[in-house]
Amino acid sequence: MPETPPVLAPPSRFRHAQQDPLWLRVILVLAAAAVVGLLIVVPVVHVFAGALSDGAAAYWRNLFGDPDTRHSILLTLTVVPGALAANIVFGLAAAWAIARFRFPGRTLLTSMIDLPFSVVAVSSEQKFVLVFGLQGYLGPFLQSHGVKILFATPGLILATAFVTFPFVARELIPVMQAIGDEEETAAVSLGASGWQMFRRVTLPNIKWGLLYGIILCNARAMGEFGAVYVVSGHIAGQTDTMPLRVEKLFQEYNLPGSFAVASLLTLLAILTLVVKVFLETRVSPERRHVH
Amino acid sequence: MTRMKRRVLPGFPLSLGYTLFYLSVLVVIPILACFSKAGSLTAAQFRDAVWTERTRAAYALTFGTSFAAAAVNLALGLLIAWVLVRYRFPGRRLMDALIDLPLALPTAVGGLVYASLYVKKGWLGQYLAPLGIQAAYSRLAIVLVLVFIGLPFVVRTVQPVLEDLDAEAEEAAASLGATRWQSFRRVILPPLYPALLTGFALAFARSLGEYGSVVFVSGNMPYKTEIAPVLIVARLEEYAYGEATAIAVVLLVVSFVMLVVINALERWSRRSEAHA
Repeated sequence: MPETPPVLAPPSRFRHAQQDPLWLRVILVLAAAAVVGLLIVVPVVHVFAGALSDGAAAYWRNLFGDPDTRHSILLTLTVVPGALAANIVFGLAAAWAIARFRFPGRTLLTSMIDLPFSVVAVSSEQKFVLVFGLQGYLGPFLQSHGVKILFATPGLILATAFVTFPFVARELIPVMQAIGDEEETAAVSLGASGWQMFRRVTLPNIKWGLLYGIILCNARAMGEFGAVYVVSGHIAGQTDTMPLRVEKLFQEYNLPGSFAVASLLTLLAILTLVVKVFLETRVSPERRHVH
Repeated sequence: MTRMKRRVLPGFPLSLGYTLFYLSVLVVIPILACFSKAGSLTAAQFRDAVWTERTRAAYALTFGTSFAAAAVNLALGLLIAWVLVRYRFPGRRLMDALIDLPLALPTAVGGLVYASLYVKKGWLGQYLAPLGIQAAYSRLAIVLVLVFIGLPFVVRTVQPVLEDLDAEAEEAAASLGATRWQSFRRVILPPLYPALLTGFALAFARSLGEYGSVVFVSGNMPYKTEIAPVLIVARLEEYAYGEATAIAVVLLVVSFVMLVVINALERWSRRSEAHA
């Protein structure tokens, strides 16, 4: 066996039987790098190149000079916190009920939240379902009570909450289960009120898991396209969120403008990844997720 | 006994009540509404809505491109997972983190970039156009963007299994005289099958419902590059809610079937992990 150069040297726990010849390692690493480069790195670089193609001044103008674009940024900044807040409350309630109590139907409830169903399928076809539900049943009721759902901000918040509802809950449930209920039981038996227990014991214990869930939920909420597209009616300056604005500008052949908005969303995605990597080392080094 | 102990903690009725309320408003009622709306069509109307030449073309395209993209992801995902787990090289952590980007990046951004990368004058399209490969506004474009969207799934399902794989089996194979390729095919690959299949199914299911990115790259030409979700939106915009719902129900049923398959695969994968 020839000496392996330091660059590709595996750590000592890999023994000879698991070692591939150097040429193979080099080829496979280069192939993987090419795949990641072409599929992921080049597109990201292209977003920023496209956004800055007319210079920094034009970039700034594209972002903040256009009232419709400005409005879409503001709208996203209203809709996303609304949906996030709803899902955080839901996530805390669901995790508390599921991780701390036994009751009939618990498994069913857990699978509604935790299965890939909610992660893969809800984010896709069922978003359309929402519209029909709102349109046909809740819509008239709410409308008669003066709440406008479709083609308005409340509808956008609902649609966004709908496609991102499992994210906080499914991060919190395993964290709460792993921590156990001894500390909380102790707090309550020492006379703490429910709220005191939550604030002093539960919240500090779950804060990293909660933050992780919020980050994932936030990334999806910011970028949601399909559900929002259908619910919003796609009215520029009124119900266009940032992803919808990207599409509208693209349709209008305003590529620099479209890329400018896209670059903001891309920055957010990169930031999400950075925070995620940081939190993963905090929550537990071994955890890996399929979202 | 445990029940007595657990009920010491407060907030059970409140948290469960709120959970059920939220889920029924957000998930259960809309799904029921969808089915009852589709149920208001007669059988013949339903068939006419979901089974026309145009919808058939859309289903075929949706399934075909999703399947092709998931198959490509199977190979690429295995390659990347292998490299990330088995080799140490500069930039490995970065590559590991970048794999999640398609999950964090809004799909509209993915669609926008892929649409402009692969046009004739685009960064990558300029090399493909002389070869006669049209990678924008074509089926190939849809597959490309779906490969991007689905890339993390196979990597993330295979990676942990590959990490936990015992070295001993490989050592035994090597000491019995197996070549590296033989021990890869006979010893390493079989325990990865469940994870590979789960990843494939997840990528496939994700692709089936993908909308935001595909609208950008496909050109949305009826019969040619119009996927089923685009068709639903087209029907909605014509105010043909019944027809739109009918198509949505078809996709919904398919995605439920996918859900059952994925769950079965995950159970299988956990069982074979426990055996290993």
